[in-house]
Amino acid sequence: MQLVTDPTVLEVAKAAEAVLEREVLVTASSDISRDLAVDSLALMNIVMELEDRFDISIPIDRLSEVQTVGDLAALIDNIRNKV
Amino acid sequence: MALLDRHAASRDAYKALRDTAADPFGVRFDAVISPTEGVVDGRPTILLGTNNYLGLTFDEACVEESVRAVRERGTGTTGSRIANGSYEGHVELERALEAFYGRQHAMVFTTGYQANLGVLSTLVGRGDHLLLDADSHASIYDGSRLGHAEVTRFRHNDPEDLYKRLRRLKDAPGEKLIVVEGIYSMVGDVAPLREIAAVKREMGAYLLVDEAHSMGVLGATGRGLAEEVAAEADVDVIVGTFSKSLGSVGGFCVSDMDDFDVMRIVCRPYMFTASLPPAVIASTLGALRRIQEAPELRHRLHANAQHLYDGLTALGLATGPTCSPIVAVTMPDQAVAAAMWNLLLQNGVYLNLALPPATPDNRPLLRSSVSAAHSIEQLDQVIAVMGKVARELGVLEGEPKRALG
Repeated sequence: MQLVTDPTVLEVAKAAEAVLEREVLVTASSDISRDLAVDSLALMNIVMELEDRFDISIPIDRLSEVQTVGDLAALIDNIRNKV
Repeated sequence: MALLDRHAASRDAYKALRDTAADPFGVRFDAVISPTEGVVDGRPTILLGTNNYLGLTFDEACVEESVRAVRERGTGTTGSRIANGSYEGHVELERALEAFYGRQHAMVFTTGYQANLGVLSTLVGRGDHLLLDADSHASIYDGSRLGHAEVTRFRHNDPEDLYKRLRRLKDAPGEKLIVVEGIYSMVGDVAPLREIAAVKREMGAYLLVDEAHSMGVLGATGRGLAEEVAAEADVDVIVGTFSKSLGSVGGFCVSDMDDFDVMRIVCRPYMFTASLPPAVIASTLGALRRIQEAPELRHRLHANAQHLYDGLTALGLATGPTCSPIVAVTMPDQAVAAAMWNLLLQNGVYLNLALPPATPDNRPLLRSSVSAAHSIEQLDQVIAVMGKVARELGVLEGEPKRALG
């Protein structure tokens, strides 16, 4: 497994672990639904956790464009850069 | 790959459930005899999972008015109100809802689901913000997807969390609409509406309350949670349904907003569906009168709810922290929940098996909804059967657990 160094991806992993209450091994290319076995509700809860960690607003209507952990990290970076 | 292969995980989970229990999502009633009695597989069965809070589905006057309407006006309207026109009953029901809520405007939808789809997708749009309680009903989530507003969830029944999320949107342009429910349908908890209204005032947002499960149930005259906690002045829009306390089907929205009627030509879930048939409108009008004339129905409902709640709590079952007409018992896992649901049905008690993700905290629930029409004898029988079945399954062993509210 490749080493993850992107800080946003690492934060997504931590948020997922906090919400799912289990260990989560991710890379940017991990498919959220398939590889992490995360359903739509759990994903929304992970997003809520990430909003608090970054103190930003991540509209859940934007999640339709998110399939991988990297997609989610890119969405977060994009929102943070606009603030 | 076949088209429906995308639902393979759901299909397999459903099959596993059916292999352990009778199909909890496909119960067939041979007959429904009254608001509280049915027949399943030839067995007399107490109905405890039908949201029939005031027991008005068999109200004699409502039934007669419905019969008269179908004879005089026919079986259906065969189209939408913008295409086929309104019958006098549609307009009369809207006037009656305005009078009941003391609001200037009312609009009737064909289902409660469509009311939420229509209102949420029409009141806000691109560049606006919807703030939804995380435990909102599916119709609220679906309504938020039908429109183009940005959607933010806040933690369930947590006004401080709502405040924090609104603060993050402080400099964002666009209107903000907060959406909460009077009574949440899974465990029967109520929104902290006064606190949410205070956040709304401070942050300059609008507030919508879905009173689907609280209409006819809460408030001195049955208008719902907003009336119960004297917060009606802060509520901009109320959405509700006819399919619970009013015993029929349909949805509605009431408000004092200017230009309300423009919704009739822009709100797609109102425009592009057939309007309610005369028989449904007639019984709904009758039921709306009935809940105003007979507050004793509401009092009996609460006494019945307390009786069931106290009985199940005393058994050591994991009921929620507060009593409401929705009495939910948290189950340790899905296998036990399905087994208990199945044994209850075999012993003549029908209630709802509620499974994640539709339940809070990913816990399976056995969900009851009490009716004013239940007799104390029926509720005592339910308590006895629940106790017997729970003991058989070992659900009462160990420390009683509490359902989270």
